[in-house]
Amino acid sequence: MYTDKVMDHFQNPRNVGVLKDADGVGKVGNPVCGDMMTFYIKVKDQKLEDVKFQTFGCGAAIAVSSIVSEMAKGMTLEEAMKLTNDRVAEELGGLPKNKLHCSNLGADALHKAIENYRTRQGEDPAVEKKKGRGGICCPYCDGPLEGAEGLCRSCHVKLMECPACHKITKAGEDTCSHCGARLSST
Amino acid sequence: MKRFYFDHIAAAPLDARVLEAMMPFLAEHFGNPQSLHSFGRPARDAVEEAREKVARLVNASAAEIHFVSSGSEANNFALKGMALARRDTGRHLVVSAVEHPSVLQAAKSLERQGFQTTAVPVDREGRIDPERVAAAVTSETVLVSVMLANSEVGTIEPVEEIARFCRSRKIPVHTDAVAAAGNIPVDVRALDVDALSLAADRFYGPKGSAALYARRGTRILPLIDGGIQEGGRRAGTENVAGIVGLGRAAELAAVEFDGRAARLSALRDRLIDALPRRIERVTLTGHRTRRLPYHASFCVEFVEGEAMLLALDLKGFAVSSGSACASKTLKASHVLLAMGLDHALAQGSLVFSLVEGTTAEDVDALMEAFPPVVERLRALSPLYTQYLEEKGK
Repeated sequence: MYTDKVMDHFQNPRNVGVLKDADGVGKVGNPVCGDMMTFYIKVKDQKLEDVKFQTFGCGAAIAVSSIVSEMAKGMTLEEAMKLTNDRVAEELGGLPKNKLHCSNLGADALHKAIENYRTRQGEDPAVEKKKGRGGICCPYCDGPLEGAEGLCRSCHVKLMECPACHKITKAGEDTCSHCGARLSST
Repeated sequence: MKRFYFDHIAAAPLDARVLEAMMPFLAEHFGNPQSLHSFGRPARDAVEEAREKVARLVNASAAEIHFVSSGSEANNFALKGMALARRDTGRHLVVSAVEHPSVLQAAKSLERQGFQTTAVPVDREGRIDPERVAAAVTSETVLVSVMLANSEVGTIEPVEEIARFCRSRKIPVHTDAVAAAGNIPVDVRALDVDALSLAADRFYGPKGSAALYARRGTRILPLIDGGIQEGGRRAGTENVAGIVGLGRAAELAAVEFDGRAARLSALRDRLIDALPRRIERVTLTGHRTRRLPYHASFCVEFVEGEAMLLALDLKGFAVSSGSACASKTLKASHVLLAMGLDHALAQGSLVFSLVEGTTAEDVDALMEAFPPVVERLRALSPLYTQYLEEKGK
């Protein structure tokens, strides 16, 4: 199912851990979709001097985090911001189709850490720009959403607002993933 | 590397004696059981002999056993066949929230044909409360379907009590006994159910061979039209070797499951007792005692099931997980969510299911191999770091 490179990074993940004095921290994911990643960065001369991560998730999520940390180390912030999830999957020799959107969040987590660093530096808080109206995020990939309803562009999950708890949940399901309220099947 | 098989819920290994019984029907006895000539006769005799054996396993009569291709087909056959046969008397079904997808999705499909379904919730241990089933039943209810045992959490359900109530209301009851039959005593008369699904590959028989018991007089429409096989209820040339395998497996199970259940449940209890002592924040899922003899299932906090499954596989241990990432659909187990577990905890689901031949040494090897896997993955986990920080405070 997974490539040798994915299995290698799953078995021997690089750069695992927490940077206590990190210059930026980025978190993505949530337990509903199963994967959560936290990236810590240390910046020197606009370059990523150190990158560490922690991941709760499947084999793919762990391998993705590991290879992102390896790829990003030594990059300039600008280069790192250009790193895409697709490029990460490519570097791993590919990922199973059903994992491409859910587990492949490493670049997003890295970008969040850089945005967090820039915000701390008083630079243009790109985070705000990236977030959708009202700061709504997809509960599956944590990507920005344009509105409460519709399709998440990054992970292609159809979403709706739960009428009971008003959180964003997957459309077409029987119940809300947050509060368990029954959703009308429209 | 030595390999260890702890995935009975996916498939039990084929018993060599079952294979031996099947072989002639893949070779010299290739005839069609429906043929009138001499080639058909041995096949026909073998199918009918297998029917007798399966009937004996569940205390049914042979005419009540219908051979089908899988547990999923048996469940679809029961749900759709029985509901549609009675659609003029009502359009309401009652199922439990923890049924196999082949029951839940069959009910969904019936909803598109005008039926309504009530899914009865379960408690924290996965038990269906018979009173809630009684409360869900209406004058429109044409079928109640509750499983005999749950393959994800091992819990054995109070089907007898539920059936007793339904009998008093003259509502037919189907039970999915795929995880149970051949592993614990199953008696259709004692349970007093109208239909029951079972599958050979859960009790050391071949894949692709299963049966639906339907009590004499039960109204049921075929899923597959066009033939006289199975009393006109299921068209298609019989899977003779598979049916013979099912029959032989049933014959062996009827004699051997008592001893096997005693042996496996002792090993199961060893796992259930020892694992939470070896690893902190590990909880049993399902009922502690009313559970399948071969089944030990847990949720491990702060780590994800697929990652544990992969890491154990690398060490030679085959297990299952109900985590979202381990499923092709990327959805957490509906069973664990129905039991009230939150998403994060359900993600840490792991099922160890024992088979004939599992030894105490195998279980010990698993208990040696597993804690370092959890430790390694927890070292990666932001949730575990957070837990340690909060614990330290």
